[in-house]
Amino acid sequence: MDRVLARGLVPAALVLFLAVLASLAFGAGEVGPARAFGALTTGTDEDARFAVLQLRLPRTLVAVAVGLALGVAGAVLQAAARNPLAEPGLLGVSAGASFAVVVAIAAGASAATLGPWVAVLGAAAGCLLAIGAARLRGTGDDPVRLVLAGAALSGLLGAGTSVVLLLDQRTADEVRFWTVGSVAGRDLGTLAQVGPALAVGLLIALLVARPLSALSLGDATARGLGHRPARARVLAIVAVALLVGGAVAAAGPIAFVGLVVPFLARALVGPDLRRVLAVSLLLGPAVVLVADVASRLLVRPYEMPLGVVTALLGAPVLVAVVRSTRLPSL
Amino acid sequence: MTGTLEERATAADLVTEALDVGYGGEPVVRALDVRLPPGAVTAIVGPNGCGKSTLLGALARVHTPQAGAVLLDGRDLARIRPRDAARRIGLLPQQAEAPDGLTVRDLVRYGRHPHQGLLRQWSPDDAGAVDRALAAADLVELADRPLDTLSGGQRQRAWIAMVVAQQTDVVLLDEPTSALDLGHQLEVLELVRDLAAAGRTVVAVLHDLSTACRHADHLVAMRGGRIVAEGAPQDVVTPGLVRELYGVEAVVLVDPTAGTPVVCPIRRLAP
Repeated sequence: MDRVLARGLVPAALVLFLAVLASLAFGAGEVGPARAFGALTTGTDEDARFAVLQLRLPRTLVAVAVGLALGVAGAVLQAAARNPLAEPGLLGVSAGASFAVVVAIAAGASAATLGPWVAVLGAAAGCLLAIGAARLRGTGDDPVRLVLAGAALSGLLGAGTSVVLLLDQRTADEVRFWTVGSVAGRDLGTLAQVGPALAVGLLIALLVARPLSALSLGDATARGLGHRPARARVLAIVAVALLVGGAVAAAGPIAFVGLVVPFLARALVGPDLRRVLAVSLLLGPAVVLVADVASRLLVRPYEMPLGVVTALLGAPVLVAVVRSTRLPSL
Repeated sequence: MTGTLEERATAADLVTEALDVGYGGEPVVRALDVRLPPGAVTAIVGPNGCGKSTLLGALARVHTPQAGAVLLDGRDLARIRPRDAARRIGLLPQQAEAPDGLTVRDLVRYGRHPHQGLLRQWSPDDAGAVDRALAAADLVELADRPLDTLSGGQRQRAWIAMVVAQQTDVVLLDEPTSALDLGHQLEVLELVRDLAAAGRTVVAVLHDLSTACRHADHLVAMRGGRIVAEGAPQDVVTPGLVRELYGVEAVVLVDPTAGTPVVCPIRRLAP
């Protein structure tokens, strides 16, 4: 499209490429970079081949899909809410998806065959509840207010999830690895399950990008340019629900990715939503992969949950955005 | 203004018929019939809350009529697809807002939205329209500057350039000169005159009566949601009209250079 866009795409593509290599090369186990690449080129080291092709490659692909979904969902949600703090993890969207999944499993569903749709519905409900709560009294225009409403909702839904897990041992066993947010042990079956939801969500996000970007000039201007603001917002929420629901179904709730990725993208290419989306498509996977590689290396030979690493990464960004002399308006 | 508007617009016939508009409850604008003269600058004036911005919002499709209709070339505006309507009617809202860091060129590019679609993304036509709009508003040198680094007058010219890039026959402006000092007001109003000189139908809500007289061909004076007077400024602006609109006793002089009315308020009359 233009020079400005290249300024964001080139570094994002570079980081993503390096992150993919690192994700294939490093693990919590004994197969290090040298053995990993040796296995790929010569093919005699069966253990290393298994680790790289059967464990790390699927995990890498799932991380890419989850990162793409969360990065794009964050950019779309921020544009729809006109709020740089609107993030699926902070607004209770992910918490809604998790709660729905845990309730479904407690009611008898199996984690292995559940699929993403329960999570998508939970995400949509979380999204609407947060926006509704923020608008309950007066205007929903205050950026911090929306986040407070979302935090309260997240807390509530998180408590609900804990109660279900405490009361129901089978559910707790099935989802323990999942509720903290992780891409460890995910295979291509996971990807096939959530793929359709993510693809449809991404398609809607790209289709609604133009009207959504015009909303940054105010609803009246957007109407003057021939857009329908209400319809654009509804489609945006549908896209966010599909993307976040799919991501949560695959990897559990992972916070802050939807905040960090659009924040970095805006720093690179400015406020234009369509450029931000294009950069987020590469930067989302890159951020999740970097966090996932870190999750394998920080406490070797154990793994730190991915959701914990993204929180470590994301919390400083949240503080930076809130502390900036005034919130950047979107 | 050094820029030029080469593109000629086709005359658009914009009319309201028994128009009621409001915000849910009682209509703010009531049973309003008005015809906006094509190819001329019309100023809508009146006291705060008289419904002038509401009327403009109805013309711009921002507000839906509660009753009656806005007709564009005889067709009900509410029945025209939003994108098609946006190719005929452009709007600059009051206190238009833009995200931090948005450049002038990026803002003007938004004006091309109604001409784009799924299958028709950015085209050379769009690039040409943006370049001509920047030239018309004399903003070529500032094109890559962020909006928040410009003066008030430059920023307002950038917004008008966005509407120019939209290539509409009708341009609606809601208080385009509020919060601007005298020089910046003229800078913007001269550009507004250029729009009409190129054949566009221009409708502007203006706060200051003398400014409206000086720069508009046609005046629509409103109070309480109804039209009190309309016509050429020199024909309709009298001490009686000023008293009726604002409850102010005034002397109306004649501008020695332009020959248009100048309103000198004397005192507020008891209501």
